[in-house]
Amino acid sequence: MNGSWFRGYKLAFLLPALLSLAAIVLFPLFFTIAVSFSGWDAVTPGLNWRGGANYAAMAGDARFWEAFGRLAFLAIATVLLEYLLGLALALLVWREVKLRRFFRVLFLVPMMTTPVVMSVLWRTILHESLGPVNDILGHLGIPAVPWLTSSLPAVASVMIVEIWQWTPFMFLLLLAGLLSLPREPFLAAAIDGAGPVRTFFNVTWPMLLPVSAGALIIRLIEASKMLETIYVLTSGGPGTATETSGYYIYIRGLRDFEISYGAALSITYLVVMIVALTIIAKLLVRAVKGKAA
Amino acid sequence: MNHRLFVLGKYAAILLWSAFVVGPFLWALTTSFKTAAGVTGGPTYLPWLQYEPSVDGWRKLFGATGGIDIVRPYFDSIVVTTSASVISIVLGTLAAYGLSRFEYRAGFVKNADLVFFFVSQRIMPPIVLSIPFFLMLQFLDLLDTRLGLIIVYVALLLPIAVWIMVDFFNNVPREIDEMAMLDGCTPFGAFARVILPNSLPGIIVAGLFCLIFGWNDFFFAFTLTFTQTQLLPVAVVALNSSVTPWWSLSASALISVAPLVVIAFFVERLLSRGNLAGAIR
Repeated sequence: MNGSWFRGYKLAFLLPALLSLAAIVLFPLFFTIAVSFSGWDAVTPGLNWRGGANYAAMAGDARFWEAFGRLAFLAIATVLLEYLLGLALALLVWREVKLRRFFRVLFLVPMMTTPVVMSVLWRTILHESLGPVNDILGHLGIPAVPWLTSSLPAVASVMIVEIWQWTPFMFLLLLAGLLSLPREPFLAAAIDGAGPVRTFFNVTWPMLLPVSAGALIIRLIEASKMLETIYVLTSGGPGTATETSGYYIYIRGLRDFEISYGAALSITYLVVMIVALTIIAKLLVRAVKGKAA
Repeated sequence: MNHRLFVLGKYAAILLWSAFVVGPFLWALTTSFKTAAGVTGGPTYLPWLQYEPSVDGWRKLFGATGGIDIVRPYFDSIVVTTSASVISIVLGTLAAYGLSRFEYRAGFVKNADLVFFFVSQRIMPPIVLSIPFFLMLQFLDLLDTRLGLIIVYVALLLPIAVWIMVDFFNNVPREIDEMAMLDGCTPFGAFARVILPNSLPGIIVAGLFCLIFGWNDFFFAFTLTFTQTQLLPVAVVALNSSVTPWWSLSASALISVAPLVVIAFFVERLLSRGNLAGAIR
């Protein structure tokens, strides 16, 4: 069955999706590359060739490179915390817990909810004088924290909201991993008289490493796009304390409408991200293989 | 180790995290029944005891004076999200079936590269696409329309549909198709009459994920629409500006995430039936 009619069938399955995606994504992407070499802005729209001027300006744009550093710190720190918390939660409701199905649903809920909408609520929760967080801290004798208006607390606030939202994703993947583990190694450990701590480090965690690597990579990819939470919570402030690459590109490209400069920044952002994430993914997979062997 | 202390610690940890998860929702619920006086007087939690509850915040969502109209954004969000999800599922399921069953080759590009092309779209940060999308929709005269957003959302959701469905079809034995074709079905007939009816679990998982991701997008809706079309997250965030009516803000936030909490229950049921593990791997 390899006639030309069969070839037609094959293509009829694949092409509609492939062509739509290519048309919607690839064409604009190449267009962005072209735009990044032009001088398109609010005053002079259109593809007027400007050579590499945008990229030269970008090289000296300290604010852009600082935003990268901030993004790297925020993404790596929050994803690691999410992993530790997600793992702990998955272990907690894995088995031998009353109402575990109820708690599983409950722990999943934040990741389903709309990030910006929850960030809007978090802004009221973290409000310095009217929010409940400082109220509760006050009852514990801790002075009010300027959550959104001072640099360090603002970074912490962004991390808290991201952790609230996305720890459930880690929890979901790690719980699915735990539920699919074979029983025999645990029986063997029990026969050897291993306690819960030793069983975890010698049996459970090593078997979870592949799922862990996958979960960490997916979350790092998502976290490196971090933008919406910051837009709502702090608008990159105070000053530029929480300004990530995505938010800075938004300011220059879409708010100030410096289309070409924004395009140059976007392309650089994309390339740096792909390179960095590929290296991290390779290292993680290698580390997991080394441990498993 | 003292066993009872261990168990006690376990439940304490579970309850502590539950409080962290539920806290924002409870705060929003109580705030949504406050009035200006109830908010500016400092944080209070219990209606009647600490503040006089009122349904003003909720009434203002449905076009009462001095409020917003949440019905239209709700409708726009439903139309855009479901249309984009349905298109993505139809195109994605067809492509996934093809990629799972047939061999494609064009130069050095093979099946695995095609799958990677679809999935890798999820790496793209929204900001990178938002500038060309803006110019593209402007050129097509589709800025600020539902159709424009549907097109953009298909690009967002199609990779998810392909990713989940390729994996699903890879776990459906090929013998089923072969039997159908021996019975005289064309490849498309085998797909439509035999495979598709048995793929409902996969399609439901893919559909739920498309709906969640579509419903939750803010950035594209925010940069590509202005006044004619307004999706729910944009409407809620608009309340966040200048003056902050926390009561209607909280009420609108709660209604806009309510459908998602319902979906969470479905996802847990799929998880305990083991459908999800396969779909995610």
